Amino acid sequence: MAAGVAAWLPFARAAAIGWMPVANCPMPLAPADKNKRQDELIVLNVSGRRFQTWRTTLERYPDTLLGSTEKEFFFNEDTKEYFFDRDPEVFRCVLNFYRTGKLHYPRYECISAYDDELAFYGILPEIIGDCCYEEYKDRKRENAERLMDDNDSENNQESMPSLSFRQTMWRAFENPHTSTLALVFYYVTGFFIAVSVITNVVETVPCGTVPGSKELPCGERYSVAFFCLDTACVMIFTVEYLLRLFAAPSRYRFIRSVMSIIDVVAIMPYYIGLVMTNNEDVSGAFVTLRVFRVFRIFKFSRHSQGLRILGYTLKSCASELGFLLFSLTMAIIIFATVMFYAEKGSSASKFTSIPASFWYTIVTMTTLGYGDMVPKTIAGKIFGSICSLSGVLVIALPVPVIVSNFSRIYHQNQRADKRRAQKKARLARIRVAKTGSSNAYLHSKRNGLLNEALELLGTPEEENMGKTTSLIESQHHHLLHCLEKTTGLSYLVDDPLLSVRTSTIKNHEFIDEQMFEQNCMESSMQNYPSTRSPSLSSHPGLTTTCCSRRSKKTTHLPNSNLPATRLRSMQELSTIHIQGSEQPSLTTSRSSLNLKADDGLRPNCKTSQITTAIISIPTPPALTPEGESRPPPASPGPNTNIPSIASNVVKVSAL
Amino acid sequence: MAHWQFGSKSGHNKIEDELEMTMVCHRPEGLEQLEAQTNFTKRELQVLYRGFKNECPSGVVNEETFKQIYAQFFPHGDASMYAHYLFHAFDTTQTGSVKFEDFVTALSILLRGTVHEKLRWTFNLYDINKDGYINKEEMMDIVKAIYDMMGKYTYPVLKEDTPRQHVDIFFQKMDKNKDGIVTLDEFLESCQEDDNIMRSLQLFQNVM
Repeated sequence: MAAGVAAWLPFARAAAIGWMPVANCPMPLAPADKNKRQDELIVLNVSGRRFQTWRTTLERYPDTLLGSTEKEFFFNEDTKEYFFDRDPEVFRCVLNFYRTGKLHYPRYECISAYDDELAFYGILPEIIGDCCYEEYKDRKRENAERLMDDNDSENNQESMPSLSFRQTMWRAFENPHTSTLALVFYYVTGFFIAVSVITNVVETVPCGTVPGSKELPCGERYSVAFFCLDTACVMIFTVEYLLRLFAAPSRYRFIRSVMSIIDVVAIMPYYIGLVMTNNEDVSGAFVTLRVFRVFRIFKFSRHSQGLRILGYTLKSCASELGFLLFSLTMAIIIFATVMFYAEKGSSASKFTSIPASFWYTIVTMTTLGYGDMVPKTIAGKIFGSICSLSGVLVIALPVPVIVSNFSRIYHQNQRADKRRAQKKARLARIRVAKTGSSNAYLHSKRNGLLNEALELLGTPEEENMGKTTSLIESQHHHLLHCLEKTTGLSYLVDDPLLSVRTSTIKNHEFIDEQMFEQNCMESSMQNYPSTRSPSLSSHPGLTTTCCSRRSKKTTHLPNSNLPATRLRSMQELSTIHIQGSEQPSLTTSRSSLNLKADDGLRPNCKTSQITTAIISIPTPPALTPEGESRPPPASPGPNTNIPSIASNVVKVSAL
Repeated sequence: MAHWQFGSKSGHNKIEDELEMTMVCHRPEGLEQLEAQTNFTKRELQVLYRGFKNECPSGVVNEETFKQIYAQFFPHGDASMYAHYLFHAFDTTQTGSVKFEDFVTALSILLRGTVHEKLRWTFNLYDINKDGYINKEEMMDIVKAIYDMMGKYTYPVLKEDTPRQHVDIFFQKMDKNKDGIVTLDEFLESCQEDDNIMRSLQLFQNVM
């Protein structure tokens, strides 16, 4: 029942009084209207635009968001209105649906945005009115095709690591740009097709006279050369065909495909010719077979997309072409008959029979007008002119349909190609965004710890640590950090400039505050240009570590020489200074991540410090397992042989 | 506006009718007047008018629209005949169109009127040719129209002579002097004697 008609229900019920005197049995009781409240206006605030409607209007469709109690979730007590943070334009259509019972689809709206809104409000798109349904379905189908295209090409691009040899070959055949070998193969076959076709053509050109005989075509004069060329081409084609046959995923389907039939037809005449050279009787047939060699030119359709589109268009316009053929045939027969009988009277008329007149009719209707057959009688001339006029019309009718089909398919292909080209850029953008976000996380991790470090030290030097992160970002980063802590792993970034190689440091040692400040002053970040990130270099004296910011557990450090208090305060920072020389040397470092031993850094370790933890640093000579504050390392680090660095203060980061 | 020539005269008339309908836009009398004339409050009249205007923006209902609206409530059967009779009962001035005033007047009688008024209205409905008497043929038409609204798929299946039997029962009850027609007085009297009918007339009291 349409929504608007619901308002007439009182009328229909009232009219039922007309049945009462006729009724034989008593009537059922009327349903009591329990919730009889006055109809009230509801205010719907959609992104600032206020819509108002009666409550009963919305309640017409109780299984949608607005018609059910679900809208109470969006009720704003302060302003006594329902607030939706959605698109007000689409909401207009949604509300009109409640009012009129018809859902319309605005043409300017993006189809996926519209679908999202409908899904939000709990309205099924199937109820879109007839007026807009076709448009909606068309756009939806286009969108789905586009997505499917993208997915398909994505799947094609992602090379499955374990493709069998056969599959790789097939892929190489179908997509020449996947590998260099395929490209080479593609061009070689193209070249040989061209050679073969040109040979066929040149074969028949008269080549000058051999003294003592008439002019010969080149094919017969240099028959050996041509034969060799032909053999070479056919061999290449045969090899290609067999390779394709071998590589095809479904051989049966491959054999039935058009391209394979063309291949076969192209090479068969040669073999048949080989077999049949001796037999004189069928040499005539043999000559005919050579005609089929021209089919080799169709092999170019693998190389040319336009040709394929043309073929596809003709296939898809089969009905139009059929109509054209049929109407032409009808017209030809009619006019041929008429012309025959019209010209029957004239003497020496060329129109000897109706089939003979077919030729005249065809030539006239296609406006060729060779002039080998012309009508001589007046009646013949009249009908001949009618014939040529009608020919123009009949041929002109189906042609635009075919042309538009071709254009549509061609443009579709253009769009697909454009999307493929843009896809690379798109994927690159996505990749950059992804790495950007993980870089941001690592940055903030570092910066956060730096902040803490400096706060604890009380140095007001660096007020703002690099880029300020929004609350959401910092919460997100904290989340990632917690994940790292949970799993014991750490995020690695592909960017060599920012490789995070952290190690768990065993046997930390704290130095006193003085030394720490001194280290802060000395910026050793310049010592490691290769592993520096640009933003870090702007922070001299950054000491970064990144033990968990939240970890307040005191690290029990064996071999620690510092007084406990300072130790603890340092622990908060997890800035660990290590006295290189005094450590007992250990060979194993149980690092959670591989440590990149940077040999180039060693010489610089002498007097300077390694500041940022996120930069690869050489492991200090002695590392013992850290205390309980660290989660168990996920991947055992390599045994790093660390040369002892005398009196080296190395600040390393521990995760 | 050009007169389009159509083959059939009826088609020509229909188009002209439609044109007239769309050109005519009737506005009802003021709210106060209607409130005075009927038994509805202002609010109820507002609700009624909103529904009315939604379906008939031009302000008048013609028979086609009336039939369409009524048929929406009875999807299984064919409500067109009964709607036809209803329309003529609503259209007191026999103009072929029902204005909002007529609509509301009739509704007022049906929902808020006295028993006497309701019965009189029902008699008017049954009296198809408006001659003041109900004869068997008219009653047959009405009853058949009511049965049509049920549709084909009923239980028990509608038999051929069920409407006739129904009419016979009705006449037995209503026709006091057995002269084959029912007058208004006979009708009023018989209905007031029947408790069932009296009770059912009060059924739709709270529809608004």
